[in-house]
Amino acid sequence: MQNWRRNKFAFSVLFLPPAAWLVIFFTLPLAIVWVYSFGARGPLGEIILDWSAVSLGNYARSLEWINLEIVAKSIWIAVVATAICIGLGFPLAMGIAFASPRYRNILLLLVILPFWTNLLIRTYAWIAVLRERGHVNFALEWLHDTINGGLAVLGLPALLGAFEPLQLLYNQNAVIIGIVYVNLPFMVLPLYATLEKLDRSYLEASLDLGAGQWRTLFSVTVPLSLPGISTGVLLTFILALGSFLTPDLLGGPDSIMIGNLIAQQFGSARDWPFGAALSFLLMYATFIILWVKAMVAKREGGSAF
Amino acid sequence: MTEKPGIISIRNVSRRFGTVTAVHTVSLEIGEGEFFALLGPSGCGKTTLLRMLAGFESPTEGEIVIAGIPMLGVDPNRRPVNMVFQSYAVFPHMTVEQNVGYGLRVTGVARAEAAERVKEALSLVKLGGFEGRMPSQLSGGQRQRVALARALVKRPKVLLLDEPLSALDAKLREAMQIELVRLQKTVGITFVIVTHDQDEALSMANRIAVMEAGRVRQVAAPADLYEFPNSRFVAGFIGKLNLFEGRVAGVQDGKLALDIKGLDRIAVPFDGHASGEIAIAIRPEKLRLDRQPSAADRIGVRGRVSEVAYYGNESHVYLKTDDGTSVTANVPNSARSTRPTIVVGDELWASWDAADTLVLTE
Amino acid sequence: MSISTATATPAPRLRRPRRDIGPLDYTKRAWMRLLLAVNFVFLYFPIVALIAFSFNDSKRNITWQGFTFKYYTQAFNNNALQDAFTNSLMIAAISTAVSTVLGTMLGVALHRYRFPAKDVVESWVHLPIVIPEICMGVAMLALFALIKFPLGLATVIVSHIAFSIPFVAVVVRARMAGFDLSLEEASRDLGANQWQTFWNVTFPYLIPGAVAGGLLALTLSLDDFVITFFTSGPGSTTFPIKIYSMVRFSVTPEVNAASTILIVLTLTLTVVAMAMQGRGGNKKI
Repeated sequence: MQNWRRNKFAFSVLFLPPAAWLVIFFTLPLAIVWVYSFGARGPLGEIILDWSAVSLGNYARSLEWINLEIVAKSIWIAVVATAICIGLGFPLAMGIAFASPRYRNILLLLVILPFWTNLLIRTYAWIAVLRERGHVNFALEWLHDTINGGLAVLGLPALLGAFEPLQLLYNQNAVIIGIVYVNLPFMVLPLYATLEKLDRSYLEASLDLGAGQWRTLFSVTVPLSLPGISTGVLLTFILALGSFLTPDLLGGPDSIMIGNLIAQQFGSARDWPFGAALSFLLMYATFIILWVKAMVAKREGGSAF
Repeated sequence: MTEKPGIISIRNVSRRFGTVTAVHTVSLEIGEGEFFALLGPSGCGKTTLLRMLAGFESPTEGEIVIAGIPMLGVDPNRRPVNMVFQSYAVFPHMTVEQNVGYGLRVTGVARAEAAERVKEALSLVKLGGFEGRMPSQLSGGQRQRVALARALVKRPKVLLLDEPLSALDAKLREAMQIELVRLQKTVGITFVIVTHDQDEALSMANRIAVMEAGRVRQVAAPADLYEFPNSRFVAGFIGKLNLFEGRVAGVQDGKLALDIKGLDRIAVPFDGHASGEIAIAIRPEKLRLDRQPSAADRIGVRGRVSEVAYYGNESHVYLKTDDGTSVTANVPNSARSTRPTIVVGDELWASWDAADTLVLTE
Repeated sequence: MSISTATATPAPRLRRPRRDIGPLDYTKRAWMRLLLAVNFVFLYFPIVALIAFSFNDSKRNITWQGFTFKYYTQAFNNNALQDAFTNSLMIAAISTAVSTVLGTMLGVALHRYRFPAKDVVESWVHLPIVIPEICMGVAMLALFALIKFPLGLATVIVSHIAFSIPFVAVVVRARMAGFDLSLEEASRDLGANQWQTFWNVTFPYLIPGAVAGGLLALTLSLDDFVITFFTSGPGSTTFPIKIYSMVRFSVTPEVNAASTILIVLTLTLTVVAMAMQGRGGNKKI
């Protein structure tokens, strides 16, 4: 790596244009939103910004019961989704990492492939699965009818009664399923990266010293893959917390998340200052998580990303 | 030692990185046609010194003159030297031919002449017929030959080699040592090689500079370096040693009288200045083992065999003297025999000719 | 061995011998295979069902009634979808061209130079990747509203370039990380000046990275919903935005067909990107 001073001209030519673009079309917009977050909403939805009106009122409003409930629920949904992701993702990553090299890349590709399809489409696909006349209810109905039919053949009364489709869509569970689905690869990839690099002789040493497979898993494999686990957990959590499309399409009135609340403020509610404050709360949460991650990485002597 | 006029003059050169001094006031004259080695442990500054010759680092102080031209401020592409990199740095996206021709192409050598010179260089390193290959299709040894041809085709005044053999396996390394010496004789230009391997330096170079912590400790021909090291560091870095601490008692008949711990007063020939605390050393192969006390004209010490390591051509016998000093003797297995003549527990006298004693004042 | 020693050490309890499964061959075990299968069904069922039912000759979209292409024909003949598709392609083309150039420049600059507060600058450059999309979406909206720039194709393109630059930079930088700097030194040593060295040695090396980064930018732009949602206006509806508005009304095979087209398009692009990177001799991203 060279010092930029040794070739100021080349450095400027390379660095300044992209940096300028990011300043104007990324940093500046965020700065505007940040300033708005201290403003107030006028009667017609306009933004009132003056020094006397500068306040933290918008941030305080997020603590009002109705908003706090949404914030708390967002965090809860993100936590549950992250937990499910790790429950599914760890065995998955392990299965791939310990597959024979011939199949490893294929399995990995199979995990990444859905991740390359559009977020909107992946979410939409779940509507068809979960809705009242969706694939799950269809399968259940078929099972139900088959059992009833079987009972009828045996001359028994239809014990199960008429089929009532389950209400699987437009509630919190649907949102959690959707978020898990959309973010699972972000959990699996860092886990896989760590497990794949993990020196097999550690596991062999553990087995050799008399530990069983489960003991080896929890005393050696899991502790040694903590860097990957922490990366996966934090990444998944950040993404889950900032969800907007998934609750929008799969959720109902009881499962609105911060993202939807922000979109509402910038849309129908026309309360930009409050939306700005919420948006920055979400950003601060992201920053804190990234900072924690960087600290952890520094302690482990790795890099933040 | 006869020195031809220096093709490279390094005068009081220092290189500091922040607070770390990598090279510390080094002065060296390297003659035309020499095979010169910079030898030292890792981190001793030898690679930094080489990179200063190539122009990738500039001296913080001092001056480098190559072929009579001061090199301060001269870019690497304008220096009359070329380098073989440790990683070889063979361009992965060019064929062998394009790699070797690269240096001619970028400096505008005419196409026909360039083609001729590339061909010549490739045959010099015995890579004729490999022109169209990509580097990924070559073995490590072949890639190194490409790197050599690529540098030699430029007809540099000096060829710089940065640890050229470190990436090769042991067998190939020995073959390449011989090859490099042959090549240097053929082209007749100065080679400056950086290495941490003493065998490599001893077997290839005609002069060696031993470096430690940024300083040059000794510059000498291989045999001089081995038989007349000027310091404990040089003696210990090149070859093995039996070291005895002691002090100077006086000068007797042109010999140095020494009181050495564990030995009687001894007298050794020495033509330098020495006083006070001092060390003497003797190479393991210069020791003779006897079952009786050694002859009066030899310096001897009694010990008990604590270990014998068998190496086929020779055995290393480890003795413990009465005061606990360890002495190692290398004994050639000159007779064909499977029965060990020396076994652990034997009491032996190790002795050497006083003239073989290395007196280490530093 | 005498009998007494045999009784002295109890024989270890032997499991059913499985000759072909080593202790660490977890993937060869039945329970692991079952877990993998469950995971993959979870990952693939929704998408496969979506694609399959785009060929289903039934409006109800739930039981298989027979194979048909008619919803593809419908989708192709839908003017609004066509317009959205054209918009998406145009936006993606321009934003990819600009962000590939700018992102490559940034990636090379970050790889090559040491400069004051580089840590901070690097974190800043990574920000668009890590902050929630919705935050960036509303921020872009706020900017364009403030300067009273009407939402349309231009605003979408500008935003897409902004979020693509860091991705391209990261890919190019990752590519450059494998670059042996002694290649440049060798080139200088052999007589090339800095300019010759860049074009003959460095640039050929970074091309696969720039191409992969560009294809990533193309995919991101074609796929983006959230940021486009906030920055598009009338007349700049993109394909995902159009699908979104259709999805809000109902689940129809026509939407499935349109979705399948987008899936195939992005998958093709990504596979090409992977192949490009693989050919660059750098298997890992």
